Amino acid sequence: MGVISNGTTLLDAGALDSGVATGAMTLLSTVTASSSATVSFTSGINSTYKEYIFKFINVLPASDGVKLKFNLSIDGGSNYNVTKTAANFYAGHLENDSATGFGYDGGLGQSTNDAFGTVGAIGSAADEGCSGFLHLFDPSNTTFVKHFISKVTIYGSNPQSQITYGAGYANTTSAVNAARFNMESGNIASGTIKLYGVS
Amino acid sequence: MGLISNGSTIFDAGAMASGFGGSMVHIKTITISSATDNVQFIHGSSGVVLDSTYKEYIFYLVDMHHNSNSEPEVTFNFSIDGGSNYNVTKTSTSFRAYHAEDGGGGAAGYYAPTDVAQGTGNIPLSFNADGDNDSTMVAFLHLYDPSSTTFVKHFIGQANEVHDLPRCNGNYFAGYCNTTSAVNAVKFNGQYGEGTNGNIDSGKIILLGIN
Repeated sequence: MGVISNGTTLLDAGALDSGVATGAMTLLSTVTASSSATVSFTSGINSTYKEYIFKFINVLPASDGVKLKFNLSIDGGSNYNVTKTAANFYAGHLENDSATGFGYDGGLGQSTNDAFGTVGAIGSAADEGCSGFLHLFDPSNTTFVKHFISKVTIYGSNPQSQITYGAGYANTTSAVNAARFNMESGNIASGTIKLYGVS
Repeated sequence: MGLISNGSTIFDAGAMASGFGGSMVHIKTITISSATDNVQFIHGSSGVVLDSTYKEYIFYLVDMHHNSNSEPEVTFNFSIDGGSNYNVTKTSTSFRAYHAEDGGGGAAGYYAPTDVAQGTGNIPLSFNADGDNDSTMVAFLHLYDPSSTTFVKHFIGQANEVHDLPRCNGNYFAGYCNTTSAVNAVKFNGQYGEGTNGNIDSGKIILLGIN
């Protein structure tokens, strides 16, 4: 059944009409990690949107003191080994106020290795973990490299607030169509990762 | 009554079904049109939702104009008791990048005066700002999963202000409320002189929930 108002089709065939304003950020999928070695998104990343946002909410490592990492795929998730160049910096502050830190820390130079979501070591106690977001721009473009920008804040294993600012590009003109998130070692004990498309 | 099209539920129980519509939901806008010393968003009050409905909330501060006190500030804090007390223990980190209007003095670095280590006080968004008629600050603040009773409550924010010198001050901060109690209210304060209560003359604060 369709719904037509004043001559305008609002919805039909189980979907809203494309002309209906719905907001520019659309939730595409949600993955809840539970002792997961990796969390992968192998569908929904295509030419529909020019920008995608991954949001991390209380992502908790199983092992104490590890970093959140990510990688991209151009073959639907068969291989996560896209060549990337990236740069990261951080700001940190210990709970006991004994030290602060700010500066460049860790990047990739034309590497297929996993990129850093955080350069800081995340705490694994029950109330710790990390939250933040990663923007991926125009992944299906076959002319340009694929830029990404991230901000992820952590409760550090050495108790502290630390945020990582990351940016870089997948140095490929092939379409990126999958993304994977994991800890540098051990599982993701729990957490939610959401994928949005931005119109 | 629900509305089903081709087997798919589009509307039911007074709401659009999950998967339809936008993910960024407007909850509340508070417009400041006369001097006030604070603006509060309290769950369950005046249409404010700040609970488990959303896993992420974003506050946008638009053209907040400080009062005319010397070196005014806009600060924020959290509450776990519905706004009776804004004194949640927090640890945060802060840095800034700035550039003077005369073209000199550009720099970036860690900035301890706007961080906190297991403190309960307010965190500055703008700091030693300018009070001229056209001088304002803007900011956004992401707050993650405030109703969780398992995790600390992470936040990430960024502000830009016209500093008193005058210069452009980009302030960057992140941290966590070190509590496993649910955060259910947020307050933005006008202050000056690095902590004395002051006013905000005008501006707008928008609260969004993210599905």
